[in-house]
Amino acid sequence: MNAQTPLLSGNDLTRHYDITGKRFGEKLSVKALQGVSFQLDKGETLAVVGESGCGKSTLARLITMIESPTAGSFRIGETVVDRDTGKPGKELRAAVQIVFQDPYSSLNPRQKVGTILAEPLLINHPEISRADREKKARDMLALVGLRPEHYDRYPHMFSGGQRQRIAVARALMMNPKVLVLDEPVSALDLSVQAQILNLLVDLQDEFGLAYLFISHDLSVVRHMADRVMVMYLGRPVEYGERDEIFNNPKHPYTKALLSATPVADPEHTKQRLKLEGELPSPINPPAGCAFHPRCPVAIDRCAKERPDLEAVAGRDVSCWRAGESV
Amino acid sequence: MSLLEIENLTVEFQTAQGQFRAVDGVSLSVDQGELMAIVGESGSGKSVSMLALMGLLPWTATITADRLEFDGIDLVRQSARDRRKVIGKDMAMIFQEPMTSLNPCFTVGFQITEALKTHLGGSRATRRARAVELLNLVGLPEPERRLNAFPHQLSGGMNQRVMIAIAIACRPKLLIADEPTTALDVTIQAQILDLLLDLREKEGMALILITHDMGVVAETAERVSVQYAGQKVEEQKVRDLFRDPHHPYTSALLSALPERAQGKKLPTLPGVVPGLFDRPEGCLFAPRCAHAFDLCHKRQAVQAGAEDGFALCHTPLRKGVPTSLEGASLEGQVRS
Repeated sequence: MNAQTPLLSGNDLTRHYDITGKRFGEKLSVKALQGVSFQLDKGETLAVVGESGCGKSTLARLITMIESPTAGSFRIGETVVDRDTGKPGKELRAAVQIVFQDPYSSLNPRQKVGTILAEPLLINHPEISRADREKKARDMLALVGLRPEHYDRYPHMFSGGQRQRIAVARALMMNPKVLVLDEPVSALDLSVQAQILNLLVDLQDEFGLAYLFISHDLSVVRHMADRVMVMYLGRPVEYGERDEIFNNPKHPYTKALLSATPVADPEHTKQRLKLEGELPSPINPPAGCAFHPRCPVAIDRCAKERPDLEAVAGRDVSCWRAGESV
Repeated sequence: MSLLEIENLTVEFQTAQGQFRAVDGVSLSVDQGELMAIVGESGSGKSVSMLALMGLLPWTATITADRLEFDGIDLVRQSARDRRKVIGKDMAMIFQEPMTSLNPCFTVGFQITEALKTHLGGSRATRRARAVELLNLVGLPEPERRLNAFPHQLSGGMNQRVMIAIAIACRPKLLIADEPTTALDVTIQAQILDLLLDLREKEGMALILITHDMGVVAETAERVSVQYAGQKVEEQKVRDLFRDPHHPYTSALLSALPERAQGKKLPTLPGVVPGLFDRPEGCLFAPRCAHAFDLCHKRQAVQAGAEDGFALCHTPLRKGVPTSLEGASLEGQVRS
């Protein structure tokens, strides 16, 4: 792979869901994701942050090919996937794997850990012998920091952190290039969260995995990410290097998110940028900039025209006032 | 005199596998108008101890306490009937998941006025007027219209506001907030926390905030009590706690925070909170403690004095270094 083609890139990814309105025959669509573009290279972490309903998980569903995009496309290595791509092949699916938020519901309680780990191989590579599968599963178990005797146990015998390790191990069984992590530590306790984050860092170093890290916890994102995409109501509002975004946010929504995140230091004083109201409905998003009804610095233009992502101070921002110092 | 005094509270649950001690000798006192935070991971007994105080635990729970006093009333000796006059009126609680704590079959207005009707009486019209006033107070737009809304028609943040409205309906002296913002987004979390702090100021009530989020603690609390495996392991003023934690657990918990990390690897706390079967003999934290020595594995920890944050530890930390025990007492204790 040459330097020009990144491992994973999204190009104007859009996903709408059709729903029936309250009135008979009325057709509405939920604009869950609109015009998302990004790039992700080997060994890199791209964090996607935003409140619930901003389209983070929809993006994860598209990238893992659970659903196909309504418009736009994404590229994994040399292969392009868009709405006209039929059923993606096994190799393609194997390249992108996912770890879900809640390890209590993402593991089958009736399967032993060994079965859970071996299943992806059984389905995708039936030619591999049973003994080889078992060996691979046992190796993977050791890799994520679990003991060999755990192989024959059921998920309920594990703690939350151990279960998340199993979920990571299962995702790695297919030797993926990209791992989508959908809130991987938000269901875990603080002390266990650190263990899982360290595991993820180790695995990334060892295999050069690319992470699409979806989270709402900005302190975790700051620790893990190389680049950050902030989303609001299905659209990216700011996209750039982690340090740029955290140290010098340009979009008012990013600023509000950062100032709303509690800092674990009682001596730290900060100006709270208070955000009024709640996320508008994605069925009928506000005209112009979707953020303008809650924006503290909105001007008339914001209600009429939607700003595009434009490069300002080393990152992409979609705000009419990004260039000013407000 | 303090508003709430809890001394040596223990809660045990009868399970199929035997007695499980969820809360183990917790003491706590809260003054009038104070903001106290209880921090701990899941299984630390922080919610259970407060539910015990509210009398909301099922019959399988055995609650014992040397003293359980609220506003001069002895809750231990009080009958259930008398206690119900206090609970929900002078002492109220809000829960983690607003969506599941409200009754989906009744309108928001009904659920707010229900609390008023039970405790304060008054005419239908005055109750309704107070409900509108309350919704205004918690910052819900269009309160008159919202009274007729059902919980599923409101968002999580709005439902939490309704929960708060119900809890403060009778102007309680103590409000217990059990992870009030865990299920909410950060921007909404900031709104709800501000609201709680604001109400505390306006109504002059004391607030106990149960949380696992160190950020929330740092930004809101005055005094912090740290719980681990059902025991209170440390209690300090918030600034001192973050500056110089005395219990190794608090110290480890704080250094596991990603924002305190130096470099890509986080310092971790090995293992997990002990459960029903693997409760250690000595100090409950000893198996995971970086500073544990022989005595910790054999003897239950003793509570240190106020200068060491009441840390439940044989060698409480000072500036991250364990204080040494006098050699003699150490020897003696190990031998006995």
